[in-house]
Amino acid sequence: MDMKRDYYEDVQLFKSGVVLFWTSALLILLFTIPLYAPNYYIYLLNIIMVHVILAVGLNILAGSTGQISLGHAGFFAIGAYGTAMLMSSFQVPFFLAIVIAAFVAAFFGFILGLPALRLEGPYLAIASLGFGLTIMHIIGAMKVFGGRMGMKTPPLDLGIAQLGFSLPVTNDMQKYYLILVITVVMIVGAVNILKTRVGRSFVAIRDSDIAAEVIGVNLTIYKTLAFAVSAFYAGIAGGLFGFILGFFDPFTFNMILSIMFLVMVVVGGLGTVSGSIMGATLITYLQYDFFKNIAEVPYFGKFMLYISDKWFTTVGLENFSSMAIGLIMIGIIIFEPLGMFGVWIRFKKYWMTWPF
Amino acid sequence: MPFGQLFVEGLAIGACYGLFATAVVIIYKTSAVVNFAQGEMAMFSTFVAFHILNFYGYPFWAAFLITMLFSVFMGVLIEFLFLRPAKHPTILGMIVITLGAEMFLMGLASWKWGAEQQFFALPINPSVTYEPIKGMIVNNWSISVLAVTSFIMLFLFLFFKYTRLGTAMRATQQNKNAAKIMGIRTERVFSFAWGFSSLIGAVAGMFFASRATLDPAFMMEPFLRTFAAAVLGGLMSIPGVIIGGGLMGLIENYFGYVWPEWKPIIAFVVIVLVLCVRPSGLFAKHYIKKV
Repeated sequence: MDMKRDYYEDVQLFKSGVVLFWTSALLILLFTIPLYAPNYYIYLLNIIMVHVILAVGLNILAGSTGQISLGHAGFFAIGAYGTAMLMSSFQVPFFLAIVIAAFVAAFFGFILGLPALRLEGPYLAIASLGFGLTIMHIIGAMKVFGGRMGMKTPPLDLGIAQLGFSLPVTNDMQKYYLILVITVVMIVGAVNILKTRVGRSFVAIRDSDIAAEVIGVNLTIYKTLAFAVSAFYAGIAGGLFGFILGFFDPFTFNMILSIMFLVMVVVGGLGTVSGSIMGATLITYLQYDFFKNIAEVPYFGKFMLYISDKWFTTVGLENFSSMAIGLIMIGIIIFEPLGMFGVWIRFKKYWMTWPF
Repeated sequence: MPFGQLFVEGLAIGACYGLFATAVVIIYKTSAVVNFAQGEMAMFSTFVAFHILNFYGYPFWAAFLITMLFSVFMGVLIEFLFLRPAKHPTILGMIVITLGAEMFLMGLASWKWGAEQQFFALPINPSVTYEPIKGMIVNNWSISVLAVTSFIMLFLFLFFKYTRLGTAMRATQQNKNAAKIMGIRTERVFSFAWGFSSLIGAVAGMFFASRATLDPAFMMEPFLRTFAAAVLGGLMSIPGVIIGGGLMGLIENYFGYVWPEWKPIIAFVVIVLVLCVRPSGLFAKHYIKKV
């Protein structure tokens, strides 16, 4: 079914005309959504796309290289604070600022990658968890970053103020197009990275790091590179996220956020770009929209309110989101370890070989 | 504050970390799962005790016994419902399951008891103090923590060394398949380990709650420090973890006295530094994986 006969077939971006057709259809849909969707959904889509960028980046690390990170909220925070600081304090143009911030995040990713050379499994999870919390506390304790009071993002202007050229981006719809273009570029970038020598080295490290070293993959370079690339993606996502929120404080980037990022990748499917897109979309939608307004769902919402009244507290019903996502995490590992991508593969296989 | 006073307090809080870290280690030792839900399991048990005390008005010791039974039941149930059905999970899969259990328990507790801070008191008066050596003031809380920790340590030592179940747990840890061949029901051993660790966690959770306040997120910080202590001790040996907990408490107290602003992150700086030098912690043997 998915037999690859030569190298060109392995590296091409679209495997067949069908994939090309549906990808174009999806892109056209995405580019025309603001014409008919209400403004609230544009805001939601913006957050979804930022999470897609991050999940794709985290998947390069957790899925393709096999390194666990519970500290991606830290890189996310570096991207958000870096971009906002560079733009408001040094008047750096937006595109330059976000790239510099992402490179700073990548540098920190490289630093976290150094202990990762010697650690594995649970120890690495703890070290990265500690890293994320340390970044949160450092930002919270320093006056330069606004401390615990948080920070307001400067007005978003795509132009270069020094050349007198200005292109302000003010409403959610304009932000939507900006983020959509960046997301598409980042996704294509990730797909291509995984098809090069670098991507194949990552996969070799995941499957067996000792075997990879024996066949000539330099572990020091490629492991730290995986962390740096992943952190770069998180930095870009963080820079955009700051502008969607408009205001953020250090506690936005807490441990739960890091867990949610990992959940997106695991629910979507480890090691696949399309999986992380699906996972990020589903989890963000559930978290920001569906479970948040659980009381307004027909029938089920009434039932939940009744239960809350009788045995629980009605104000606490919003915490149902955390419970449900916890159950989703457990369920996906028990019933479908390959995530949504695994479901898709099974579905595809069933219909391609249908009568048999 | 003088040197001695910081030492005593660091040792007491360190003993509390060590006690809680023991709970993490018992699970890691038997089933090689790092239980990220440990903190929330303890939080939930403490809330159950709080509920029994405040809404049913039982005396403390009755509430304590019911809570202990409940925590054992909860530990066994979590293992049975969440971990046992997973077939051949990877390390990441296990971590995701325990993180899922953590979020589930946290959501359930916030739904039931709300997010406001509650007051949880042990029947010991923390303002009663003694001064055995000049300059070292010990309060009742510290004494009871040290006493309970040493009692549980002694019990665990005897348990793992002399009982059948303890030997079975050690055998399961060393080689699960060989233990199975020898006739040990390893799945039952896992149940016991989870129930046991949940119980110890609940005791530690009550100590932590009586020191601060009780809310659904109150175990987050102590749990992470505890984890630091457990990693410091190597996640494998119970004496190592107690030493790790003591070290953690002392480091944190002295450091926090000099730079109070950076107290919350010292735990992680210590972990990363230790792991860089010794990848499996201070007191564990580091095995090179065979290909």
